[in-house]
Amino acid sequence: MTDDPRHIEDGVSSLAPARGMAPAPFHGPIGMLAELTHRCPLGCPYCSNPLALDPRESELDTETWARVFREAAALNVLQVHLSGGEPGARRDLVDITAAAHSSGLYTNLITSAVGITPEMLTKLADAGLDHVQISIQDSEPASADHIAGYQGAFARKKELAAAVVRLKIPLTVNVVVHRANLDRIAAMVELAIRYGASRVEIAHVQYYGWALRNREALLPTAGQTERAIEAVEQLRNAHRGVIVIDAVTPDYYARFPKPCVGGWGRRSLNVTPAGKVLPCHAAESIPGLEFWSVRDHSLADIWANSPAFNAFRGTAWMKEPCRNCARRDIDFGGCRCQAFAITGDTSAADPVCHLSSHHDDVVALRTRQRDVPYSYRVHQRTKDKVSGLTP
Amino acid sequence: MSNAAPAVPHDSKPRLPRGVRLVHNEAHGGWVLLAPERMFKADATAAEILKRCTGEATLDAIVDDLTRSFAAPRERILADVSALLGGLAEKKLLEL
Repeated sequence: MTDDPRHIEDGVSSLAPARGMAPAPFHGPIGMLAELTHRCPLGCPYCSNPLALDPRESELDTETWARVFREAAALNVLQVHLSGGEPGARRDLVDITAAAHSSGLYTNLITSAVGITPEMLTKLADAGLDHVQISIQDSEPASADHIAGYQGAFARKKELAAAVVRLKIPLTVNVVVHRANLDRIAAMVELAIRYGASRVEIAHVQYYGWALRNREALLPTAGQTERAIEAVEQLRNAHRGVIVIDAVTPDYYARFPKPCVGGWGRRSLNVTPAGKVLPCHAAESIPGLEFWSVRDHSLADIWANSPAFNAFRGTAWMKEPCRNCARRDIDFGGCRCQAFAITGDTSAADPVCHLSSHHDDVVALRTRQRDVPYSYRVHQRTKDKVSGLTP
Repeated sequence: MSNAAPAVPHDSKPRLPRGVRLVHNEAHGGWVLLAPERMFKADATAAEILKRCTGEATLDAIVDDLTRSFAAPRERILADVSALLGGLAEKKLLEL
């Protein structure tokens, strides 16, 4: 026995890049986000999907996903996150889940709950599903449905959460917080407890993709943000042992950047509905990157050799102040997508860092709130385009 | 996080809940505890403890078994095992 009772080191979640990263112990990728589809009944204005959504016709089929899971397991990926869009929009979700499970991967379903019936959930559990994450938009039903852009979404979440707990599958409730709901963190955590969740993830909006488009409408005030940070601490104490609360400092209020995806091309990968493999789910927002597809290459080949994965791997690409920074192997220069979105330079330090010459731009953004309607994500169907407005 | 993890009763039968799995992976250098959207590296000692958390053995039985396998005083092993298991229970990674 050693003196340290904590024989276990915290690992990394590829879905919450800001929440710490594993120091030495892992080698190569450990998590894969499988975006099974971009189709989703909800329209959340902070959606992390790209503005240009993959159409249904381009989606990978069941067999290709099964091969990708086998290749991921061979690369020593440990967890796969079945996500979207809404993965329930895939009619073959049970087969996809079974394929992931039989490859030896820990399977996590990330769902809005709309599109997954309790009957389907039972089949998913039989197929080997390990964990379910359900997103909620607010603790107030009317506000929740408004944010989701979908009437009745709130009620569906309660129903699916109950089914998850009945099947004894562990449940995480994910809450994306922003100006409209940030004052209700306590109520949302209590809702997660009532659902029977063992974990709640409080994620401040990260401003890429649809969220960047809606930034003025989503951005919380400074006062709200500070109260929320305090509230999380109080809630952790109040509910210790009842529910695990994972929360991170919102980007624009941090002093150091997050170690995004545990370092570019280091711990995680993301497969889009059409099969492109990205180092992070927002990487397509960075211009000039060449992504390879699982249709043309094996996952191992893509991981090792694709230009996009090598673009910001390691530290050689860094400029000052990152290049000689003592934290360069801790936060890896922060988020490339955010560096580009705010500074226009893909190799700049993440301007969230107080050492960045663009940090003042981030500070200025804290006060850019404006009460404008949400721009909801829309998924244009090819059919509509053909039959409709195009001349 | 406070250091005061919940006490583990002597007759409790700890087990990994559904959704928490201990796996061995050579490339990652040994034992890994897979949990909801998290994973934890388990060293050889932690793995020995966790392998015994089957839901059948009591804490006392686990500690007795470890005392036979490891050259350390029982009280010391009990303290280490309780600290590990209590901490994991607080993180919802173990059922007591």
